[in-house]
Amino acid sequence: MSEHIVKSYEQELSTLDSKISQMGGLAEQLVGEAFDSLASHNPTRAQATVASDATIDLLHRELEEQVIMMIARRQPLANDLRQVISVLKVAGELERVGDLAKNVAKRAQTVSGETHPKGLLTGLQHMTELASRQLKDVLDAFAARDAERAMVVWRKDENLDAVYNSVFRELLTYMMEDPRNIGLCSHLLFVAKNLERIGDHTTNIAETVNYMTRGTMPEGERPKSDITSSTLVSGPLR
Amino acid sequence: MDMRPDPLVMMTSSVQDQAPKPVKVAAKNVNVYYGAKQALKDVSVDIPVKAVTAFIGPSGCGKSTFLRCINRMNDTVASCRVEGLIQIDGKDIYDPALDPVQLRARVGMVFQKPNPFPKSIYDNVAYGPRIHGLSRSKAELDEIVEHSLRKASLWEEVKDRLKDSGTGLSGGQQQRLCIARTIAINPEIILMDEPCSALDPIATARIEELMAELRSNFTIIIVTHSMQQAARVSQRTAFFHLGILVEKGETSQIFTNPTDKRTQDYITGRFG
Ligand SMILES: Nc1ncnc2c1ncn2[C@@H]1O[C@H](COP(=O)(O)OP(=O)(O)OP(=O)(O)O)[C@@H](O)[C@H]1O
Ligand SMILES: [Mg+2]
Repeated sequence: MSEHIVKSYEQELSTLDSKISQMGGLAEQLVGEAFDSLASHNPTRAQATVASDATIDLLHRELEEQVIMMIARRQPLANDLRQVISVLKVAGELERVGDLAKNVAKRAQTVSGETHPKGLLTGLQHMTELASRQLKDVLDAFAARDAERAMVVWRKDENLDAVYNSVFRELLTYMMEDPRNIGLCSHLLFVAKNLERIGDHTTNIAETVNYMTRGTMPEGERPKSDITSSTLVSGPLR
Repeated sequence: MDMRPDPLVMMTSSVQDQAPKPVKVAAKNVNVYYGAKQALKDVSVDIPVKAVTAFIGPSGCGKSTFLRCINRMNDTVASCRVEGLIQIDGKDIYDPALDPVQLRARVGMVFQKPNPFPKSIYDNVAYGPRIHGLSRSKAELDEIVEHSLRKASLWEEVKDRLKDSGTGLSGGQQQRLCIARTIAINPEIILMDEPCSALDPIATARIEELMAELRSNFTIIIVTHSMQQAARVSQRTAFFHLGILVEKGETSQIFTNPTDKRTQDYITGRFG
């Protein structure tokens, strides 16, 4: 890509990218920390995670302001226009990822005193790993302007959905086995749901990367396999 | 996210603009030379009727040259040689049987530099309708003059001094006078060579509004150095570079997703 004749414009565009990578790095970190604070029953750590979401929000607002100023002053066109609009969209998605991670951390605080049945966290850990990996991959694709890599992420969200389905069923089963699990498991259900939503935001980012680099929206439907809305586990009444 | 059409494309062109329109001006393999120097190389393009087509490109790329081929204004340049075919409504305009004066009544032009006649403001606008016999009475002519000056958003500023010389107006006013003069003869095609380069934002907005109005009946071609203006006023855009027509297409596509790297570099302000 050739450089802009106006150097400050070139700089502004690269600042957008570095702010996205900063926000993205923080979001990734938050997702991991939220789960760790849940797994380690550590309310202090959970609290710190909740607090760091504010940094993402701040970066989001800064990016929004900068994009508005750039549209007003530079009136970007073609690939620049697509970059500026995409940055605005991706920043919005990352802000939502931050919120969802924060919500996981809040629930980690709430249930920190509960004993988790053995093995209950394995599924959630798997989801966290998948969600973080996907997020990292899509941010790399964004930085590299690699639409093909973004579309790999887009298609792989199905895997996260699949783990979510099994976690969902597992949690329902625990609740039926012993009603004393209901409080804890309800919170964990939301944790799973949040992780699944993080995957959805990641696919939105993937679509945006595709738009930014190719100027088109991806063709066809994204493969989806979240079937929890039609899942019901029925067991014997006690 | 659902699979939706590109929102930027939807924003800039309505359904009506996207339907293919009949061709008003067709250029096929046009080559233009000034002496030994070639100014246009093998340009082929179809200009649709009832739409605004924008020509963009760096200084000296041949935009004005191409515009001047469409009303045979290049005939007046001794060193200039035009090759290839240019048709209006399917008829070759370089046919020796065709009268260039008649042609210029159908193809009006607003020049890059305002060039009012050294006559009164009134006569500048009335000149065309008079020689083409467009008005039967003084009252009718008065009406054409007022209407044209209003359309060019100059009326309020000159209505009390219509007898003053057109050359005594400011640069921007002169440009609007030339626009009034062009629309007074009711041409089928209007060629505008950077019509707003000397105008303030309000006068520019009025001319853009005029173009939007005129395009429901006429064919407009505008040369502009403002990418934003091209994006605002036109439905189709053609990008020229070094005498070559590099890329042409829907304006919405050219400004969001051009195919040629030269187009992209030019419209985004990069080195080519
Ligand atoms: N009358 C002329 N005699 C000789 N060469 C000419 C003449 N008019 C234009 N040219 C040359 O033809 C080329 C195209 O000029 P043209 O005026 O069409 O450019 P343009 O795209 O309209 O540029 P600008 O944006 O500066 O108005 C230039 O290299 C110019 O020097
Ligand atoms: Mg010119």
